[in-house]
Amino acid sequence: MDNDRIDQIINKHQGAASSLIQVLLEIQSEHHWLPREVLQRISEKLQVPLARILHIVTFYKAFSLVPKGQHQVHVCVGTACHVRGASRIIDSLQTLIGIKPGETDLELKYSFETVNCLGCCALGPVLEIDGKTHGKMTPVGVADVLKNYE
Amino acid sequence: MSEILLEIDGKEVKAKSGMTILEAARSVGISIPTLCYHEALEPFGSCRLCSVEVEIHGRIKLVAACVYPVAANIVVKTRSAKIDRIRKMILELYLAHAPDSFVLQDLAKEYGADKDRFEKESSFCIHCGLCVRYCAEVKQKNAIGFVDRGARKEICFIPEIAAQECWDCKECFPLCPTEALQAAYVLSQSLFSP
Amino acid sequence: MTRINSPADLEKFRQGILSSRDSDKLCITLCSGSACQASGSGEVAASLEAEIEKQGLSSKVEIRKTGCHGFCERGPIIVIHPDETCYLQIEPVDIPEIISQTIKEKQVIERLLYSDPVTGKKIVHESEIPFYKNQERLVFGNNLKIDPKSIEDYLAIGGYAALTKALSEMTGEQVLEEVKKSNLRGRGGGGFPAGIKWEGARNAPDATKYVIVNADEGDPGAYMDRSLLEGNPHSILEGLTLGAYAIGAHEGYIYVRQEYPLAVDNVNKAIKTAEELGFLGKNILGSGFDFTIKVHQGAGAFVCGESSALMTALEGRVGEPRPKYIRSNIKGLWDKPSVLNNVETWANVTLIINKGANWFRQYGTEGSRGTKIFSLVGKITNTGLVEVPMGMTLRDIIFKIGGGIPNHKKFKAVQTGGPSGGCIPEELLDLGVDFDALSQAGSMMGSGGMIVLDEDTCMVDVARYFIEFLTDESCGKCVPCREGLRQMLKILTNITIGKGKEGDIELLEELSETAKEAALCALGQSAPNPFLSTLRYFRDEYEAHIKEKRCPALSCKELIAFYIDPEKCQGCGTCLKKCPTDAIIGGKKMIHIVDQEKCTKCGTCFEVCPTKFSAVTKISGVPVPPPVPEEERTVVKKSKEKQ
Repeated sequence: MDNDRIDQIINKHQGAASSLIQVLLEIQSEHHWLPREVLQRISEKLQVPLARILHIVTFYKAFSLVPKGQHQVHVCVGTACHVRGASRIIDSLQTLIGIKPGETDLELKYSFETVNCLGCCALGPVLEIDGKTHGKMTPVGVADVLKNYE
Repeated sequence: MSEILLEIDGKEVKAKSGMTILEAARSVGISIPTLCYHEALEPFGSCRLCSVEVEIHGRIKLVAACVYPVAANIVVKTRSAKIDRIRKMILELYLAHAPDSFVLQDLAKEYGADKDRFEKESSFCIHCGLCVRYCAEVKQKNAIGFVDRGARKEICFIPEIAAQECWDCKECFPLCPTEALQAAYVLSQSLFSP
Repeated sequence: MTRINSPADLEKFRQGILSSRDSDKLCITLCSGSACQASGSGEVAASLEAEIEKQGLSSKVEIRKTGCHGFCERGPIIVIHPDETCYLQIEPVDIPEIISQTIKEKQVIERLLYSDPVTGKKIVHESEIPFYKNQERLVFGNNLKIDPKSIEDYLAIGGYAALTKALSEMTGEQVLEEVKKSNLRGRGGGGFPAGIKWEGARNAPDATKYVIVNADEGDPGAYMDRSLLEGNPHSILEGLTLGAYAIGAHEGYIYVRQEYPLAVDNVNKAIKTAEELGFLGKNILGSGFDFTIKVHQGAGAFVCGESSALMTALEGRVGEPRPKYIRSNIKGLWDKPSVLNNVETWANVTLIINKGANWFRQYGTEGSRGTKIFSLVGKITNTGLVEVPMGMTLRDIIFKIGGGIPNHKKFKAVQTGGPSGGCIPEELLDLGVDFDALSQAGSMMGSGGMIVLDEDTCMVDVARYFIEFLTDESCGKCVPCREGLRQMLKILTNITIGKGKEGDIELLEELSETAKEAALCALGQSAPNPFLSTLRYFRDEYEAHIKEKRCPALSCKELIAFYIDPEKCQGCGTCLKKCPTDAIIGGKKMIHIVDQEKCTKCGTCFEVCPTKFSAVTKISGVPVPPPVPEEERTVVKKSKEKQ
């Protein structure tokens, strides 16, 4: 991401230090991850210590310090989905794509994460891939859904 | 600054408004154990060892003495069966990280804490925050910071800054209750050196 | 749009909208909340628009995409006005029939109607469906009537009347007094009287004050605030403006989870149109009162729902809570007096100023006035969002509105209050929901999550689940929470995998005391609640896990084994085909055997075994019977005797 674009986003928020999280969210949403140079630039422009920025980007789960895979695979682990068997969906996915929640595979094809309640409890257990929700999942159904993302 | 009268361990204490219970207690020689407290730094309230019982309007609750402001007519107790139980538990939780720390071992003796109560944790850091806060508030260099949250929280030397600042400073090393901070610095420098 | 500068102008504008609406035009409302979008309402909408266009009906029929209706189990939902004909679980293929039959021929399509699960009777009108009929939808009801992206829709149902009344006929103090009189208690979980919180801020000697909407709804399983913010954002803006007027604030913030993109969009759009029309900004409706609102997105931290952590996050820092010794209504955001309330609380403020505190007080109980929106989820037939008067019993909510437990399973407990709450067992089902009653039972109201659990739910696992959630979400600042919960998680996990030992329960209780008494914030202080309440009502489950290595609910993977009953197995082969790890040994007309070494306990065989055989069973706490010897595995055809 080039410095001009970063500066543009910062200026949109009037360069205020308190808008740090909003700036980071916008950059994360456009660029899908936060390279070290970007954090250093933000530290310079917003006059915020790099230590504080690092704490923020590791504290909040919306941010990623590493590149993400092509497909974002999210399993909802809200209470309703949990009691309806979300952990079995996680196990199935682990076997099928070979990575654990929080990981991205080496080919950068899948990033696998557990997420907090998506608010579609009626459809639990819920699997969300690239923003598309797949409801009423079963360990067998997971394999069928993944075929669409080969 | 107006004067406030309160009672600590049965003793009547005259404190100034704006003081914390810890400051008021120390002014009359009553000792309350602390770990994350340092005179030169803003109170942090993380170790909870300084927890004391405060009675206001007939209700008793536990508060952290290092941050709780004095108020008129409150009754404070710095030791009780409950306080001792909680301090013992906090020490045992800490000892799982740094069983060899002298500071912790001294306190453990006083409260009967067992260093083997919990399985050993892999990280020595007890998150008192003294190093991070000292570097931010006193040195204003922010060469070391916290990362992540909850059980995964760690301290982290910021390589770009630590490489330039720390060798000539090292003022945070003696602050570390576990004495392992120096080792962490050396390790981080060795990992990031070209 | 031209700015409205006075109450008289507003009335004129409102009348203009109402008179331009053709009452002869049919209106098809389609639920387009996030949950229905996940069920496909986007495709249904596209289909509707295409079909109406195709049939040349655009001038006769209006399509209105509304926010969440609440009956999420049966979405997508269409309601056709003015008749109020309600069709459930609509798919794009149903649309041509709906247009030709119901719209053109005025014929009702039976198969799309709600049918009573016991009598089979069909119900045509939405409000008569038992799910809705037993609710009191004071706050949520407007979701069905308006398109959240249209300020005209909000004005058409009387929106901004409360604000007009307050700014032109009342002083700030009078607005505050009315809210105090109503005894409105915070709907976010704390249940603190809103009026008293406001009074503290009003009286604080500082010229700069803030009002804040807490839309960081983090309790897993709770999504009421999202549906309110998505479906009726103006009601929140109006409530917030009223609050600002009452305490003398001129800046407001809405802190909303970034995981709610539709809510973020709709509220941003609502703010823009409100500013254009003059409901926000300088000199609102000519009253001289200025007020602006900024939206701030969360970044994925449950702890930011805690009010002091939220304010710290608004300041651009990590969401670490501050000790509450100096209340945030005196020193809050940037150390200024700040009133923070939940989304639902602000929505109630609008209602209270509109209709009066006395009107509000007729609902609910003495200590808990008004209604509460709950998200009724889990093992329940009618999953969805329900709004009921405080005091309605849990039994009525779960069985009358919720339709009871599906699949003929037995009710076990209902979990309320999210990770800070507890489980309420069957013997307490006649408890009326109100702040104090739920706290006394060892749980709490919380933000409104109501998770129903059945006989297949392991209560030890429920406690472990919540502690796991909280160890992940803990900010990590204080020891009782960061370290205490970490140890509690280890112990509870060991118990669920068969490694529990004597003394575990006592150690968990000690860790619970430390967290409850000495943690820095409410997250840590209430974290032990799920464990303590499950221990209180389901101690036998803990003891079975520890002493007998048995899971009474047959749920904990390490403590159960799947076993095919040789008496029942008919050798149909279904389980063998579906087993993902080839752990079933069998052949045609042979009794099938589960190879316990290969079995990963995924439960697929249990699910696919035909109900008429029900041969796959789960066993726990006892050794798996040795497999039937190979020679004896031929299936004996059962004679037609009743078993």
